Amino acid sequence: MLGEGILKGLAETAKNFAGSFVSEERLTTVEYPEQRLPQIENTRDFPFLVYDGDDAMAGLRCVSCQICEKECPPKCIYITKSADKKPDYVGKAQFYPTRFDIDVSVCMSCQICVEVCPFEAIKMDTEFELSTEDRFGGLILDRHKLAKSNEYYHQIHPTEAAEVDARLAEEKAKVEAKAKAAAEAAAAKAAADAAAKGTADATAKAAESAAKSAEGQA
Amino acid sequence: MTTAEMKSGIDSGIKSYLPPVIEVEAENELLEVAMGPHHPSTHGVFRMDVALDGERVVRLKPVFGYLHRNHEKLAEGTTYLASMPYTDRLDYFCSMTNNWAYALAVEKLAGLEVPERAEYIRVITAELTRVQNHASAIGFLMQEMGASGTPLMYAFREREKILDLFEALSGSRMMCNYMRFGGCRVDLPEGWLERTKKIVAELPRFIDEMEALLTGNEILMARAQGVGVLSPELAVNAGVTGVMLRATGVNYDVRKVDHYGIYDRFSFRVPLGEHGDIYDRYMLRVLEMRESVKILEQALPQIPDGPILDPKSKPRGFRPKPGEAYGRIEAPKGELGFYLISDGSGNPYRYRVRPPSLINLTILEDMCLGQNVADVVLIFGSVDIVLGEVDR
Repeated sequence: MLGEGILKGLAETAKNFAGSFVSEERLTTVEYPEQRLPQIENTRDFPFLVYDGDDAMAGLRCVSCQICEKECPPKCIYITKSADKKPDYVGKAQFYPTRFDIDVSVCMSCQICVEVCPFEAIKMDTEFELSTEDRFGGLILDRHKLAKSNEYYHQIHPTEAAEVDARLAEEKAKVEAKAKAAAEAAAAKAAADAAAKGTADATAKAAESAAKSAEGQA
Repeated sequence: MTTAEMKSGIDSGIKSYLPPVIEVEAENELLEVAMGPHHPSTHGVFRMDVALDGERVVRLKPVFGYLHRNHEKLAEGTTYLASMPYTDRLDYFCSMTNNWAYALAVEKLAGLEVPERAEYIRVITAELTRVQNHASAIGFLMQEMGASGTPLMYAFREREKILDLFEALSGSRMMCNYMRFGGCRVDLPEGWLERTKKIVAELPRFIDEMEALLTGNEILMARAQGVGVLSPELAVNAGVTGVMLRATGVNYDVRKVDHYGIYDRFSFRVPLGEHGDIYDRYMLRVLEMRESVKILEQALPQIPDGPILDPKSKPRGFRPKPGEAYGRIEAPKGELGFYLISDGSGNPYRYRVRPPSLINLTILEDMCLGQNVADVVLIFGSVDIVLGEVDR
């Protein structure tokens, strides 16, 4: 019969239309600003800098190695290296960025900077409502705007942040163990040196006294 | 083969490329229409300069390049890894398969091994990509036919579920940037496989629904059957691949021909068309979705545990040995290939993409000549292109 296919299709549409009144599952859209879908954990949009502790600028993990600046595909990261050094999370003196700007209007959210960073200093944010009428003031984020605490990182990507913390703790433990071993070795060496020096001194003294006594005898 | 023989071979090849000449009664009464670059049917910015004799198309000249972004030259100026996010933006409907093709080329170049688990993840993501691409391609085709909304929205409803899976896996819905040289970037998040299994189990119902809506529809049959016919000879000569080629009856699927990845382990069939018209292309897309579901149903329970990245692969300071490599896969739109030459430095010396969309589009004039102008839009839609890949 001509038109049978059309009627069959219309029946399918009617089924879907009526179904949306019965089943919540068939309502696939939400009204965005009022209703929001739950955040998916791995979501990423723009990078931010992680800091430890309370002082954002003092606690930045970034050591200004400029690898991300070099590897960034659209070249939207601008870093200026500091002249002096400050201690990092293991206590080693490192450079820090005096300028760290990301132009988020150029950034394409590819996450390459996160992957190449050897210091777990740059991570992906989930904040997407960034629209502004000020292109240069509002979309070039400086290090003050980019710095976000490790707690915030835990809040947005819990699984990933826990892994990162475990890795950093392991590294720190390794460094500390190494430092401890080095200190012990140094102490042992010093002790050995002292002992050796002591024996040498004793021998010298003995020789001296022997010579003196010999002189006396003479 | 002598030079003369080669030349005659090329000559005969070129002859079969020449489009048929349509007889026109009065050449000076032709109406020239520029369809595009901003035309809702062109899937982006693309222009067709059409010469019409009444309703009939006499000449058609495709004009593209409006979306040129210098992809290949940019890639030659940056590191291998830095081109990976740009491949997402070629065919932005299928970023996972684009990633795979590029990763495959670099793996061949550098001799990296992909771990078992990563191979399974790649197959699963690629087949999910194929399902969502074909569903939306059918939706867009119907949109161009005047079925404004319903089929496209049904397709997008299903596509959204798959994109949510991609977001949970890679962090981004469309610009996944997920594959790496020698594996994948991150492991599957918790519960991802279960969610995927659930969504894949619902896919056949969606495909049935799509078929109930469209397959027997008289309007679709009247407008699509016998329109935009492509002959197998022309398709092979022009290098057309993918659904376009298989709709003409040529059995060529890179998954079966090239044995890349682990496709040998799954049993699936390659659907073939008979007539090479728009309806065959529509039907083939439906059937391919069913075959993709079959592959997914086999791959999901089999996925092994283990590492997901070759330990030799590294994000910084990647310098493959001098040499060349061509990696190709069956992307949803056809054979997608990446050709790379390395000179031993951190950047590729030559980087070339074989885009299926562009090459499938070259026979547009041959399909459109003699057809009605309203069908041009339909024929164009049935090629299933993304301008990001055509212009690069």
